[in-house]
Amino acid sequence: MSVRVQAEDFDVGAEVARLTAGRTDIGAIVTFAGLVRDENSGGTIAGMTLEHYPGMTERELARVEAEAGKRWPLQASLIVHRVGALKPGDNIVLVVTASAHRQAAFAAAEFLMDYLKTRAPFWKKELGPDGKQHWVEARDSDAAAAERWEAPSRNR
Amino acid sequence: MSVKILYFAWVRERTGKAEEIVDLPAGVSTVADVVAWLKARGPEYAEAFAPPGVVRAALDQTHVPLTASIAGAREIAFFPPVTGG
Repeated sequence: MSVRVQAEDFDVGAEVARLTAGRTDIGAIVTFAGLVRDENSGGTIAGMTLEHYPGMTERELARVEAEAGKRWPLQASLIVHRVGALKPGDNIVLVVTASAHRQAAFAAAEFLMDYLKTRAPFWKKELGPDGKQHWVEARDSDAAAAERWEAPSRNR
Repeated sequence: MSVKILYFAWVRERTGKAEEIVDLPAGVSTVADVVAWLKARGPEYAEAFAPPGVVRAALDQTHVPLTASIAGAREIAFFPPVTGG
C-alpha cells in the first residue's frame, strides 16, 4: 500500500513489476492510467498545470487507499499522481490494485479513482491554444460517481 | 488565536497570497466565521469568497464543512472544489 505525489513521469510496467516482485499470492492486477487529453469541454488545450496541497494530498490519498483496503481483500495497491506542468498525452495518475481475484481488483481501482477525484486536493489549470489559462471546474458527474460508493447497499 | 491560513488555486490568486499567519479575534469560532472575518478584511478576500457555497475548507489537512469549529486548529486551508485525477 503506498501513495506518491511527484512531478516526474511514471512507467506503468515498472510500477506493476515492483508491486508484484517476489509475490505469488496475487492473482489479479488492475491498472488505471489517466492521461492529459488535448481537448476539454469542446475546446483545445495546449497543456495544464496541476497544483496541490502538499501534506494534505498525501494524507487524503492514503486515507482513500486505506478505505479501499477495508472494503476489498487487496494484496497491494498503489496511487501515483503527478503535479506541475503537463502536456497532452502525458500521464497524470496511476492506480494499481492487486488481489487474489479480479472482481476485487476491478472494483477497488474504480473506487480509488472515484474517491480521489472528489477528495484529493489537486487543482487543474488548463492552458488554451491562445495562451490563456483557466481553472478546470469540478464536474457533477465526478461527485455522482463517488457518491454511488456511499450507499449502504451498493447499487452495482 | 494565531493560526496559519493557506489558499489554493483561484482562491490563492484572488487573495493574492498562498499563506499567511493571522490573529483571529475572540468570537471567530467556526470556519464560516473565519470566512466572514476574512471577507471584511479587503476587496480581494471579498472577491475570493464571493461565490456562495463554492469555497471548500480543511482544518489541519482534513476536509471539514463550514460549520466546523476551529478550536485547536493550527492550519486552515481554503480552496475550490478539487479537480485531480
